[in-house]
Amino acid sequence: MEKVLMINYQKCTGCRLCELVCSVMHDGVSNPARSRIKVMKWEAEGLYVPMSCQQCEDAPCMNVCPVKAISRDEDLGFLTVDYDICIGCRSCVAVCPFGAMNYNIIDKKVFKCDLCGGDPQCVRFCEVKAIEYVDADRVSNYKKKDAAERLSAAQKEGAALQAAM
Amino acid sequence: MALNRKIAYIDLSTGDIEIKPIPLEVRKKFLGGRGLDAYLLLNHTEKGCDPLGPGNALIISAGILTATCASATARAHFMAKSPLTNLLGSANMGGFFAPELAWAGFHHLVIKGKAEKPVYIWIHNGEIEIRDAGQIWGKTTTDTQWAIRDELGDEDIKSAVIGPAGENLVTFANIMTGIKNSAGRTGMGCVMGSKNLKAVAVRGTMDIEIAHPVEALEYNKQFIDQITSAKVNQTQGTLGTPFIWGATNSWGGVRTRNFQYNQCEDADDIEPERIDEVCEETMGPYHMTGCFACQVHCRAQYKVPSGPLAGKYDEGPEYTSLGAFGGEPDCKNAETVFAGNHLVDQYGVDNLEIGSMISWAMELYELGILTNKDTDGLDLKFGNDEALLEMVERICFRKGWLGDTLADGGLPAAEKIGKNSFDYLIQVKGMNNLHSDERGTPALALNIATASRGSDHLRSRPAIDLYHLPEKVLRKIYSNPIPYDGPLSSEHTDYEGKAWEVYWQENCYMAVDCLGICKYHTVFLGATLPNFEDWPKVLYYNTGLEMSPEEIWDIAERCNNLERLFNLREGLKRDDLKKGDTLNHRYFDEPCRRGAPDIIGMSIDRKKFNKMLDEFYEHHNWDKNGVPTPKTLKRLGLDQEPSHLV
Ligand code: SF4
Ligand code: SF4
Ligand code: SF4
Repeated sequence: MEKVLMINYQKCTGCRLCELVCSVMHDGVSNPARSRIKVMKWEAEGLYVPMSCQQCEDAPCMNVCPVKAISRDEDLGFLTVDYDICIGCRSCVAVCPFGAMNYNIIDKKVFKCDLCGGDPQCVRFCEVKAIEYVDADRVSNYKKKDAAERLSAAQKEGAALQAAM
Repeated sequence: MALNRKIAYIDLSTGDIEIKPIPLEVRKKFLGGRGLDAYLLLNHTEKGCDPLGPGNALIISAGILTATCASATARAHFMAKSPLTNLLGSANMGGFFAPELAWAGFHHLVIKGKAEKPVYIWIHNGEIEIRDAGQIWGKTTTDTQWAIRDELGDEDIKSAVIGPAGENLVTFANIMTGIKNSAGRTGMGCVMGSKNLKAVAVRGTMDIEIAHPVEALEYNKQFIDQITSAKVNQTQGTLGTPFIWGATNSWGGVRTRNFQYNQCEDADDIEPERIDEVCEETMGPYHMTGCFACQVHCRAQYKVPSGPLAGKYDEGPEYTSLGAFGGEPDCKNAETVFAGNHLVDQYGVDNLEIGSMISWAMELYELGILTNKDTDGLDLKFGNDEALLEMVERICFRKGWLGDTLADGGLPAAEKIGKNSFDYLIQVKGMNNLHSDERGTPALALNIATASRGSDHLRSRPAIDLYHLPEKVLRKIYSNPIPYDGPLSSEHTDYEGKAWEVYWQENCYMAVDCLGICKYHTVFLGATLPNFEDWPKVLYYNTGLEMSPEEIWDIAERCNNLERLFNLREGLKRDDLKKGDTLNHRYFDEPCRRGAPDIIGMSIDRKKFNKMLDEFYEHHNWDKNGVPTPKTLKRLGLDQEPSHLV
């Protein structure tokens, strides 16, 4: 079964441990500039949103690549760059709607999330579970449950308010 | 590699910048962070230098582990001669500044001189530039950070900045980064202000090679599990440090009304649960945040719920803001705590010191030592929330006679106010005490009396002394990594064996500060958290440095002795009420009036305290006056200071 990263940004504390372990896992160094995941921050409002690759079905990065360097992993379903073929034109970077295809000036290479080959380290280290690794077809179910919870809490609150009036 | 991070010497008078590597022998003697800062401070300042003069050195650093694959290594350290105490100035902050400094290629900055006009320092991937700060001078701490990002066009820049309090040379102004992270104590922001230095902005994308990445990653996971499984950290992660204030208040260990009482009564509106409620109401169910790579996330997010500042976003309030704007001035309204916390964060001033100074003034006012004339008509009584917040403004902007006087700090203010005002100042070495009461806990009293930066809980507090742990457990902790078979007591009211606990904690916290780790990740509030035996692995996997627990202990001891040497050089004397290792007379003469049965009626026994202090010196191999003996200095390799290795 294909699994994906499910991000619930509301839970994110903004600690950036995910960025750290991502770069250590892939490159053996600490450097967020090499991380496949990046936490976008609105510090003045206390809002943090981790952003990573969506492993799109009809993937723009794969479609745009002029030398067909991007392909899908048969088993795990993520998209991966073959550096033997890649010419570093960065068309994929330009076209990705999420900014999830990165380019690093240190090795002059594009790079993206590869789900750590099936054991995503960001998921493993994020104690607050802002990132989870779930079956692709279950994502909406989790979201439904979350939303339902909020709805019922709101209803309970409303009822309590009415009773108090 | 962490070990290839450099030191930069920056002279703001001449504009000269020199960049040097950190030799391995220096690492092996002082590791990094606070320890190496102490060495640099002792070596780069002259005896008796003016804290606000160009000769004072402001030292900024990251820990040796900062931004490596280890847990909670976000800490930045700041050192200089303190304008508040005229002794060691030293402060530590979390956030995201220190990791960025390390990614930018540096571990230590030594800033001397004084710029002619306001400037800020811009550090980017190994390069350093001094830039004009005319446009940002006058701005609040957060506006300063956003303005620098705008000017340089990079949203990922992290800055350590001062606010108006630092510019106005309030002697307890702090240095801040982000919304809340503060290097709070000893007036490091005032030193920045005196150098016309508004900010240090950093941005880095340079690799820090991890010596053994696979092992580092696995060990980090284990480390984090150890840290997050501690109950105290789980509570920190939901209620933040207000939970400590609440717990301490319930048994009678906080200061109220400038130390007249040890418990704040009818404080429901500022209990941790109430604070948490406001945070949840204004920021939703997930409202905790934290520092770089930390899984404790002890900081709450909130918006001021009501009043003139309603809707303003901030983080905290932590233990100290609850003390400063709640318990201590006996103002028991959540709104005041949230508002006060926001003001100090924006103005860049130490919440602890300003809260204590105002409460001291309140007692002086109620005693008639300060009059309506002195306060310009302000009714500065305990419990007057508006007067409290008004005084924050007056101090930070040095408005009116009293605001200006208090902004100078406790000792000069006591001299200016005169009468017997000094007797009511709850300070050690010129710095006010945390809003806690140590009369029922001799170990904690010894800790604040001997802390190297003046009254302080983060230098050597054996907080676990309050948990009544079985002696066996205490012995396991306190007889490692070096053997100890003297007395230890599980009873917090005892004096026996406490000097050893304080001595051990002093080395433990120094080690943590050299490594760059947050204290919630060691034996501070939790007995099961990592300590000496765990650090060699983290150090080895991340930096390749091989060190035994004993060697890390020795380094910590060496660095504590460096701080001692600095303080002695600047005039520390054992029994000096203003510059010594002793306490305000109230600790000895006034028993606790409130609290649990084991607290009520307690005060510190002067004779026993002195014996404890003797023992503390003996553990250090210092003489009766607290001066390291030549033999001790020789053993630690400090007999040639200043030795100018870097
Ligand atoms: S590790 Fe989790 S909490 Fe921390 S920044 Fe990443 S997603 Fe957010
Ligand atoms: S890199 Fe961008 S376009 Fe490509 S799969 Fe990921 S999210 Fe889609
Ligand atoms: S425990 Fe709190 S202060 Fe320490 S690193 Fe984590 S968030 Fe920062």
